[in-house]
Amino acid sequence: MSADWPLWEVFIRARGGLSHRHVGSVHAPDSAIALKHARDVYTRRMEGVSIWVARSSEIAASDPAEAGPTFAPAETKVYRHPTFYSIPPHVKNM
Amino acid sequence: MDDPIFTYALRIGDDALVLGQRVSEWCGTAPTLEVDLSLANVALDLIGQATLFLGLAGEIEGAGRDADRLAFFRDVDAFQNALMVEQPNGDFARTIARQFLFSTYQEGFYGALSHSAEPRLAAIAAKAVKEVRYHAALAGDWIVRLGDGTDESRQRMIEALDWHWRFVDELFAMDAGERALLEKSIAVDRAALRPAFDAAVGAILAAGDLPAPRYPQRPVMGGRRGHHSEHLGHLLATLQHIPRSYPDARW
Amino acid sequence: MYTTDLSGKPAGQAEPPSEEPAELLARFEARVAADEFIEPKDWMPEAYRKTLVRQISQHAHSEVVGMLPEGNWITRAPSLKRKAVLLAKVQDEGGHGLYLYCAAETLGTSRQEMIDALHSGRAKYSTIFNYPTLSWADVGAIGWLVDGAAILNQVPLQRTSYGPYARAMVRVCKEESFHQRQGYEIMMTLAAGTPAQKRMAQDALDRWWWPSLMMFGPPDEASPNSAQSIRWRIKRETNDELRQKFVDITVPQAEAIGLQVPDPALCWNEARGHYDFGAIDWEEFRAVIRGEGPVAKERMAARTKAWEDGAWVRAAAEAHAVKQAARRQAEAAE
Repeated sequence: MSADWPLWEVFIRARGGLSHRHVGSVHAPDSAIALKHARDVYTRRMEGVSIWVARSSEIAASDPAEAGPTFAPAETKVYRHPTFYSIPPHVKNM
Repeated sequence: MDDPIFTYALRIGDDALVLGQRVSEWCGTAPTLEVDLSLANVALDLIGQATLFLGLAGEIEGAGRDADRLAFFRDVDAFQNALMVEQPNGDFARTIARQFLFSTYQEGFYGALSHSAEPRLAAIAAKAVKEVRYHAALAGDWIVRLGDGTDESRQRMIEALDWHWRFVDELFAMDAGERALLEKSIAVDRAALRPAFDAAVGAILAAGDLPAPRYPQRPVMGGRRGHHSEHLGHLLATLQHIPRSYPDARW
Repeated sequence: MYTTDLSGKPAGQAEPPSEEPAELLARFEARVAADEFIEPKDWMPEAYRKTLVRQISQHAHSEVVGMLPEGNWITRAPSLKRKAVLLAKVQDEGGHGLYLYCAAETLGTSRQEMIDALHSGRAKYSTIFNYPTLSWADVGAIGWLVDGAAILNQVPLQRTSYGPYARAMVRVCKEESFHQRQGYEIMMTLAAGTPAQKRMAQDALDRWWWPSLMMFGPPDEASPNSAQSIRWRIKRETNDELRQKFVDITVPQAEAIGLQVPDPALCWNEARGHYDFGAIDWEEFRAVIRGEGPVAKERMAARTKAWEDGAWVRAAAEAHAVKQAARRQAEAAE
């Protein structure tokens, strides 16, 4: 029993001006074939104008068990949002 | 006597139809799911090209035959595809060798045809050239990987190229009808495509560390005159079985 | 294309006694109950993971084996348009298998392991694909009935609790929207065609009707996993509910094109607001699950042959990648 080809994560830019978005994965032996597989699997219905592939094993991810310390501190920084500030209604363009 | 443009569109359409039928035989049996999807895309492009070129042939003929009529109700000797496309799939190496050689030829051919003085041919070719450029690149990637993969894959690739090489010259041969169309700037000068073809093939073979196929081999020809290999009759028997069994039916 | 658990093993009970921290378990159950999505790296009970791997891989296998009965007709499709449509559809099934394998892989099982489980007979797939496709009308019947049944199963799964599975199902459902329509259109054309075509269509409906009803799995009282799976949002409606829905939707579609559903007991029940229908031959269903479907051996032989024939290609590409990496390393060292 041999192993699968490595797994690649596929990111597609749907059209000019948008960022690439994760759409799924493919198995492929190398990056050139991974791009072709991604094209053949994920853009059959005109879903994209640009493709990125990245080896799944090369992606570093945050730990969900640490979600509290990682993301909770942002919850109290309400001053980062424009709605935190009250501006009189007659002041425009702000 | 048939309109030479009818004959020309027919033979381009037959090439695409027969190769599309062959590649579609892979559906569900490729080495991985990803490769299965790639091959299906190639087949779909080819069937689409066949539909357009045969449709145009029928239109030019003006005898009420549409693309389906031409695809499903002609016998072997009326088909004018090149011999290479009717070759059985064989193993993956042989399928890929056929695809690479034929798509590389087609890329040059459609590229030139997109400048044809017959605008309907030019329009279809302009769309199709993008499709076959991708097919050639895809197949080229695989030639390199199989050539420079394992000992087994390399041996299979060498044999596969050797299998198809005798059918290459036919792709660049022209008969009197085509030469007459060339003078009117309608047909493509096939001979002029050969150097670019040889260069593209040479580059991929070098990248895959593959020897040039044994050459010269005596070329095998005849497809354009309806003289085919033994394989085409079987392919057509499968392709045409249902419409021929129910000739009065619509599907 | 098929999502009903066929193992017959009650989830959770077949596993060793749970030693999972009560606190994590409670939090997990609460998140699922609140319709939150569980993601690959989140904590999850082992039974949930195992049930999901089983269900998603079964679903993936069904898509891939499901390429074969329809694939049988690609080279014989009766028009260029039908050929292209069928090829695109069967290609989609392959794509759906691929999305689903990838979703299952996020749970820590490799595609290779899943494929080995399929080929060795340990894994199940939908019973429907162990029936043969005998005429062109079968392509229509599969699109109409089998994909129709699959849609009922799959649409609720777009909200299933496991994120990667739900996302795969969103893509699958979007792509599958044309599958059923193309099948019905084939049937409609045949039913309105020559007498021979109409016979072909009726014959296909006769053969595919009961196996399609079986696609929803065993009756609720014999479906041990349902309650657990519904609580975990792996499944959202019971087998019998979905089956009834399918009959209610499909019978008028058959009538609309002048075809006869092959069930003498079928009749509208005004009081229930549903069709009553005849008894399903569960003996046949169990036999097909055991691997005794009419073409089960052919299906597995075809899958295994394809996989084995491709082994040298997979090995070659891998060998090339290794060589290339070594060359890059040597270049960098110079």
